[in-house]
Amino acid sequence: MAVRRSIYLDHSASTPTDPRVVEAMMPYFTEIYGNPSSSHSFGRRAERAIEDARDMIAQIFNCKPSEIVFTSGGSEADNLAIRGAAWNARQAGKNGHLITTPTEHDAVSRTVEQLAEVMGFSHTTLLVDRFGVVSESDFERSIREDTVIASLIYANNEVGTIQPLTELAKIAHEKNVLFHTDAVQAAGQMPLNIQALGVDLLSISAHKFYGPKGVGALYVRDGIELTPSQSGGSHESGRRAGTHNTPFIVGMAKALQLAYEESEIHLAHYRAMRDRLIDGVLSRVPNAQLTGHPEQRLPSHASFIFDGIESNLLLSHLDLKGIAASSGSACKTGNPEPSGVLLAMGYSEKEALSSLRLTVGRQTTAEDIDYTVTTLAEVVEKLAKLALV
Amino acid sequence: MSNADTRVVVAMSGGVDSSVAAALLVEQGYDVVGMMMRLWSEETIGGRVNNRCCTPDQMADARRIADKLDIPFYVLDTKDVFREKIVEFFIDQHRQGVTPNPCMECNRHIRFDWLQGHALALDAEYLATGHYARIDRDENGQFLLKKGVDESKDQSYVLSVMGQEQLRHAMFPVGEHPKSEVRKIAEKFGLPTASKKDSQDLCFLGDGDYRRFLNVYAPEVMAAGPIVRKTGEVIGEHQGLANYTIGQRKGLGIYAPEPLYVIGMNPYRNALVVGTADELGATALIAKRVNWVSGETPSEPFRAEVKIRYKAMAIPAWVEPVGDDEFRVEFDEPVRDITPGQGAVIYNGDTCLGGGIIQRQN
Repeated sequence: MAVRRSIYLDHSASTPTDPRVVEAMMPYFTEIYGNPSSSHSFGRRAERAIEDARDMIAQIFNCKPSEIVFTSGGSEADNLAIRGAAWNARQAGKNGHLITTPTEHDAVSRTVEQLAEVMGFSHTTLLVDRFGVVSESDFERSIREDTVIASLIYANNEVGTIQPLTELAKIAHEKNVLFHTDAVQAAGQMPLNIQALGVDLLSISAHKFYGPKGVGALYVRDGIELTPSQSGGSHESGRRAGTHNTPFIVGMAKALQLAYEESEIHLAHYRAMRDRLIDGVLSRVPNAQLTGHPEQRLPSHASFIFDGIESNLLLSHLDLKGIAASSGSACKTGNPEPSGVLLAMGYSEKEALSSLRLTVGRQTTAEDIDYTVTTLAEVVEKLAKLALV
Repeated sequence: MSNADTRVVVAMSGGVDSSVAAALLVEQGYDVVGMMMRLWSEETIGGRVNNRCCTPDQMADARRIADKLDIPFYVLDTKDVFREKIVEFFIDQHRQGVTPNPCMECNRHIRFDWLQGHALALDAEYLATGHYARIDRDENGQFLLKKGVDESKDQSYVLSVMGQEQLRHAMFPVGEHPKSEVRKIAEKFGLPTASKKDSQDLCFLGDGDYRRFLNVYAPEVMAAGPIVRKTGEVIGEHQGLANYTIGQRKGLGIYAPEPLYVIGMNPYRNALVVGTADELGATALIAKRVNWVSGETPSEPFRAEVKIRYKAMAIPAWVEPVGDDEFRVEFDEPVRDITPGQGAVIYNGDTCLGGGIIQRQN
């Protein structure tokens, strides 16, 4: 097979685990392998590691260690937050109304859907503007007597837009509504100071910030009760059963620590690469439009729509040219649905089938960006001609 | 240019033939890319039945084979063009009382037009499929379409719609091997589908039941109507024209002194026309929508062997081109089952010269 370049521009999907994180994880497979819940010395050594990890994360979050719950990832954290709050309200005899945006990750929107369909909760989906930003007045208006929880994503995965969380959290608190945010994309790049943000619940996922896949965490403000989704042993103060995945929890904490310690360097690099990419695409690729907020967006995130070009086709062509990217409407099984996020932002169905997301990382170089821009221009032109035939 | 510099897109279905085609090309050192078409699926119209092709299972099989062969694999959304050109065509033909061959249409419009275009756009030189046929060149460099080495499994019939440009950019790797070898090759490569049965039905029918399908999408062709003789005399009732084929004798539900066969359909009256064995046979047919593989209409009538159905034997006949889009076939002996809508495909030994769609007996 001919030698191909290999350029990874899908960091929002997943990131390589930092070698320093892998190193930090290693002792916990074959040397410190005890079950952290065991009372013997093997267990205690492992327990110390996860509690150190918990402390580290709490420090970054500016919260109490007891407010951190370890999960198997971001999806589980989202599920625990929303279902946990909803069930808890139901148990206390409240009927329950839920609020989300149309730009949430599936782990939030499907959980809400399920609660509505199976358990009769009512819900409201807020309005967003063409950048995907939530309307504060719409949020305020939508809160009802029986609203239990609002879940508003910190930074959107498809278009990179960052929500004004602090303002939104204030509104929620004035009206006594729990405020959860899915910070899966945001963590590693955006401030996570919980006190400053004012949120009650916050989800993160390690593999988005150069940690391993399969581990995440949920911040739960002291005093908030959640009915567990996963029952069993009394781990995590009875909030989430299951033997702790020691190496991965250690890995997550290390990755988060590195991300925030080194944030100045990394963020500057992401912004430089991303801006170079955006400038290049908008000036050289025909019929390209930037989606999401032009300024209030994740430093690593670029997203576009290309008039008349089908996302799946574009991704295949890019892949064969050695460029890995993704799209909100892409479908491995050839049955693409227009991106719900773009539709909610006011784009047409056709536009919503032609989106492309490119997210840079620590290893991305200027050469990578330039090659990508050139290749994109070529491929888009070629596909545009095909479509006319 | 070495094989490594030559990109070939293989149309994969998850079945044995296309999997082996891909494996052979990988073995020969080509730059292979696997692609699968997501075709129209009944479920998208609200029915319950899943079509046989491109189910998530099939796609998972194809993907697994691509992984094993270490080749990229992409799925193309072909739903709209397939529904428009094949499914609606199928329904429409039945409405006209004609028995279509959608596989030929698919090769004409989808595989070696739409899909081949996409393959070339991916910088591929060729689109390869698992079809059991061969491509050769004559002394003038003209592309020839030939039967697969195992005549009984030959699929050149449905490929008779291809011309020079299509053949130039096509490959049929399995056609060079005896059919019995193909499964052995699959096993040799450790391909997970080696034991999968070959499918025979129309790919967009979930359960192979075209009657149920027509009942849903074109109920009028499943409506009962009169069975008549050529004279117009009504002698019985049929259960929907689409249930019958030319030459059919059983299942007509009529009592007559001599055996009667379906000899035609009249969609305007929704009538099934039956007749005796003499009325059934004909010595000639007219075909239109003609394709000559060479790209040139022969200037004079010539001798050849003609297949009037995919599964029929090739019968000796005279072929007479009439203009560029029509030809007449005159058989040495009367032939039964000449069915409008089916392909009349012309052979010279094991070379397929092209064909057309049967319009009527003559």
